[in-house]
Amino acid sequence: MIEKEYIVTASEGLHARPATALVRLAKNFTSVISICKGGKTVRLNSLLNLLSMGIKGGDVLTIRIEGGDELPAAEALDHFFEQLLK
Amino acid sequence: MKGIGVSPGIAIGRVLRIVRQKVATTGMLLSGDEAVRAEVDKYRAAINHSVEDIRSLITTQAGAAAPPGTPSPTAAADILETHIEMLTDPQLDTDILELIQVDKKNASDAVLEVTGRLAETFRNMEDPYLSARASDIEDIGQCLLKHLGGLTSSPEGSARARPDLPLIVVADDLVPSDVLAMDLHQIAGFALQAGAGTSHAAIIARLRGIPAVVACGTPLDKVEDNDILVLDGATGQLWINPGEAELTAFKQKKSSQAENARLLASLKDVPAVTVDGRRIRLLANISRVQDMEEVFRHGAEGVGLFRTEFLFMEKSSFPTEEEQFISYRDLAMASKGTPVTIRTLDIGGDKPLPYFKIPGEQNPFLGHRAIRISLDRKDIFLTQLKAILRASVFGRLKILVPMVSGLQELRAAKEILTTAKNELLQKGISFDKDIPFGIMIEVPSAAVIADLLAHEADFFSIGTNDLCQYTMAADRMNDNVSHLCDPYHPGVLRLISFVIRQARQNNIPVSLCGEMAADPLATLLLMGMGLEEFSMNAPSIPATKHIIVNNSLNQAGQVLSRVMELDNSSTITQYLQDINA
Repeated sequence: MIEKEYIVTASEGLHARPATALVRLAKNFTSVISICKGGKTVRLNSLLNLLSMGIKGGDVLTIRIEGGDELPAAEALDHFFEQLLK
Repeated sequence: MKGIGVSPGIAIGRVLRIVRQKVATTGMLLSGDEAVRAEVDKYRAAINHSVEDIRSLITTQAGAAAPPGTPSPTAAADILETHIEMLTDPQLDTDILELIQVDKKNASDAVLEVTGRLAETFRNMEDPYLSARASDIEDIGQCLLKHLGGLTSSPEGSARARPDLPLIVVADDLVPSDVLAMDLHQIAGFALQAGAGTSHAAIIARLRGIPAVVACGTPLDKVEDNDILVLDGATGQLWINPGEAELTAFKQKKSSQAENARLLASLKDVPAVTVDGRRIRLLANISRVQDMEEVFRHGAEGVGLFRTEFLFMEKSSFPTEEEQFISYRDLAMASKGTPVTIRTLDIGGDKPLPYFKIPGEQNPFLGHRAIRISLDRKDIFLTQLKAILRASVFGRLKILVPMVSGLQELRAAKEILTTAKNELLQKGISFDKDIPFGIMIEVPSAAVIADLLAHEADFFSIGTNDLCQYTMAADRMNDNVSHLCDPYHPGVLRLISFVIRQARQNNIPVSLCGEMAADPLATLLLMGMGLEEFSMNAPSIPATKHIIVNNSLNQAGQVLSRVMELDNSSTITQYLQDINA
């Protein structure tokens, strides 16, 4: 299992467009990917669940990846957070 | 009547009401495994059809040219992609299937219940952006219901009684399949009771360039089939059965907008060069960073006037250096290497700030305002100058100071600029050391000594609105005297001409950023005076460019000579109208 922390630097938080991209990215991998914020955890395959977390700028997110393609998944998510949440 | 304009343009047409059966849960339960299986299949098919509907919108959009004045097509496609993702969301799927399979509810009831609950959850969220996503969820719920047969929409009333005008579709709300079934060529506009800027109907309208107003509420109920309806998709206003005169005025406005759009399309990428080869620069006046998109869309070559007042007005106290720096930096970066002139704070008795009390003045226009405040409150001015300087490494910024009346003020302002530069140098912060520092010419005393000021200012920007009212001693807000505030008065024209000549003789750039810059009557006259830089509201640029590319500098010179022979503003205006006709 790989676990990584990210800080949402975009002041507006996670809007629908990047959230849609994030869910679609996660779906490319067979690993189970989940996202946690303040004790709440959801699987990264549901846009509605992701949006309902109400992620704001400055929030600390933990991403957990478990499965056969953990490493490439982690790399892709790293890249996503670098690019989209700048 | 007023709603929210979501797709700009004026539409004039006869009402075609589309009514949709109101939906409520039926409470009908399924009996037997067979019925449950059939219902699950129906639900799956509805999902597939809804996704197909939205996909076909995305595809049609890819081929359609974006009409002027609309948000970027990619933004619309993004929303549609988000809707597909919501329709295929595993959580939504699990919840709906549970209601069908465990609680034996029919598919329509299950969809209504789950999307209703979800929309409610979102609506109650604190973040206004997320709260607005409730309408996206309702939108996909409507799509599903329509395909489940729980919703039928059909035109009310009979066939069109009078085919003299195109149709304006009036409905509660529309989903993609409603619109896909329509012949959009016959439709001049949409007026909807419900909806938001992100609803399917709004997106489709924007993609197709059809004016639309949403969220009109219950007043829309009183509109009947075949009524004449006029709507303005930019302002969200609606008029039911306007009178003959009003209708004619709307038609004129509509055709002039269409003409402008045509000009815009044909001239956007054409440089503003006269037939004899003189290059004129057309810049935009803006107040917010977000306006940059509009600047380029209308073919402006940069920003000739960025008013900083808005930055100060939207705060509850003076914005800090850091806050201002971020705004100016974003502006510089959005300008893509084009020049941006930032005007320092221009507030006063007529333009107050909520957190900065200016005692009541008998003559606010002649009172404590603009540079006069900046020089008294050096702290505010210094903060702003430092913020602009720091941002200057991100683009081609220039600083413009308003209301200068003489050399002492210019020198005092430049001293504060030097202080600002020194403070940044000490901290090792980089900035553009040669940032141009110019002044507005809007006080008559400054205009008259333009030759002296040109030795010490890096550039001039002529503010004709104030220059005109100060020269004419006539308040442009006072209805009894505002007619005197006429920029075509020979006195005002001589001043403007003098300022331009002095700037040119001293080799400093001069631009004009008042309303006169956008007045088609003034374009040739000002070019004749030697003006090569005009700054105006972005939407006026195509019309001005149209005049420039169809005339020569020689013609402009002739217009100037003729105007300078005339002795009053009404003959001057008449002459300019004649040559423009």
